[in-house]
Amino acid sequence: MIRLIALRELRSLYAMPSTWFVLAVLQFIFAWFFLARLEAFLEIQPQLAQLANPPGVTLTVAAPLFYTAALLLMMLVPMFTMRLIAEERRNQTLALLLSAPLSGRHIVLGKFAGLLGFLLVLIASLPLMIYSLALGTSLDHGLLLANCIGLLLLTASYVALGMYISALTTQPLIAAIGALAVLVGLWLADIGAAAADSPWHLLSPLHHFQSFNAGLLDSADVAYFVLFTASFLLLTMKRLHNNRVYG
Amino acid sequence: MRTHILGYIQLNLQLQPPLTLSNASPEITLSARNLSRRFGSRQVIHDVTLELKRGEVLGLLGHNGAGKSTTLQMLTGCLLPDSGAIDICGISLRQQPTLAKAYLGYLPETPPLYRELCVHDYLTFTARLRGVQSTAVPEALAQTLQRCGLDSVRQKIISTLSKGYQQRVGIAQAIIHNPAVIVLDEPTVGLDPTQIRDIRTLIRELGNAHSVILSTHLLNEVESVCDRVEIMQHGRLIYGDSSVRMQHYGQVSGFIISLRHPPALNELEAIPGVSRVEQLSPEQFRVFHAPDDNPGSLLLSMAAQQGWQLEQLTPLHTTLEDVFVKITSDETVKTGALK
Repeated sequence: MIRLIALRELRSLYAMPSTWFVLAVLQFIFAWFFLARLEAFLEIQPQLAQLANPPGVTLTVAAPLFYTAALLLMMLVPMFTMRLIAEERRNQTLALLLSAPLSGRHIVLGKFAGLLGFLLVLIASLPLMIYSLALGTSLDHGLLLANCIGLLLLTASYVALGMYISALTTQPLIAAIGALAVLVGLWLADIGAAAADSPWHLLSPLHHFQSFNAGLLDSADVAYFVLFTASFLLLTMKRLHNNRVYG
Repeated sequence: MRTHILGYIQLNLQLQPPLTLSNASPEITLSARNLSRRFGSRQVIHDVTLELKRGEVLGLLGHNGAGKSTTLQMLTGCLLPDSGAIDICGISLRQQPTLAKAYLGYLPETPPLYRELCVHDYLTFTARLRGVQSTAVPEALAQTLQRCGLDSVRQKIISTLSKGYQQRVGIAQAIIHNPAVIVLDEPTVGLDPTQIRDIRTLIRELGNAHSVILSTHLLNEVESVCDRVEIMQHGRLIYGDSSVRMQHYGQVSGFIISLRHPPALNELEAIPGVSRVEQLSPEQFRVFHAPDDNPGSLLLSMAAQQGWQLEQLTPLHTTLEDVFVKITSDETVKTGALK
């Protein structure tokens, strides 16, 4: 049932021209940024070579690329999550799911998996682009893997949060702006806190992504993302149940 | 062919209620007892009790805002009642919602359509969603498309269809899994007269094998489709009977007459057999009489003798509209008196 709902979500996404447009534009931005970083690396490579322990191509090209993608996704994910439940409610299609023989768990996990699957396709081009460099040089696979896992966890947490906000309202636009406000708010809390040990840093998903970005697989960060995602998924299920209680 | 047969068997196996044997009266597919529901401080549904048998079409009739849609939402599990219990094929909707909902087909007021999908994909999705095995889907799909007259538009995107076709797709999703109970909320809204006739025939046909409950404010729909009627007003069921008997509710005998030179009112009342006369306009009267004693011919001859110049004599017909208005206004008077 979860798979069925996820596939329906994907099918609807791919049936809309706007999805293809976003996909195309984003690939263009990623590719442009990748080439720009690569050019900068080639320019400073002779100077780097004189250093005792120079940063490799993965650290100078891949890490900034992944960080840019993380920032872009923060703006972009709310545009996709807004539809998840708010639009179902507005188009009255939620009744179809609520009267079908499945529980709120199926609906929420199905939608989550569907959108996450789509976003994975969207960000899959990043490692592919980096791996094209493997033709001419050797890459730091550990760093790349940490970045991929980090970006996956980060995206999952964005989707869970966006879906919860989408479940609170009937207007997709409000859901988008709400999710964007929360995500940007968390980000600002992170970059706004001056002290390095300020507890505000711990709130922000992007702060936890930074250690992945530097190639560090910290179980505390993994736990943060898992808890963040799971809590918002549970809250969404609760909200869907409340839909039956409060109408 | 073999896969088709297998698919059919699976479909049937799956839709057979597993608990019918233990159920005392297997005929009853849907029973709702003492449902009530409030939104905030406003009590919307008061103590509604309904029962539906297999092979029966029940019409839920009422004004706008009477609570019909809310009741249907509760019956389909989209809304939880504050109190009361609902059983579908003997399975409690509150305790085993997923199991009970497998026997339900529901068309809400606005058809729940994913407009960006094509009819074929959408109906395949709803069939799978309602628990039809993937091997049985093509068979169920073909049958439903044919039943709802959607064969010609199966590859079209739903948003490009006319409102009538969208409504049919909505009905198709409610019946594709061959449910025991079909709940339709105003199924013929937005259809043209031919489509309305087709859909009514379809509902009637469905009603022979399944149980159908439909809400409507169209009285002729009740007349042509429903076996039984429940009238709802202010969240209460105020009248329930077979639709044939409802038409006889409060039936009156009489006629409307127009006279160019009318006599005094008491002269008309004095005619033997006339029980009561109402003046509608200076020249028009409504004359009531006992059902078995028609003073029509006497009235005609008197009109000729006295030179009243009769222009019109029309027997009174009780339409369902009249009955409905009478029942609902009777109830208003009753509740008013209680207060």
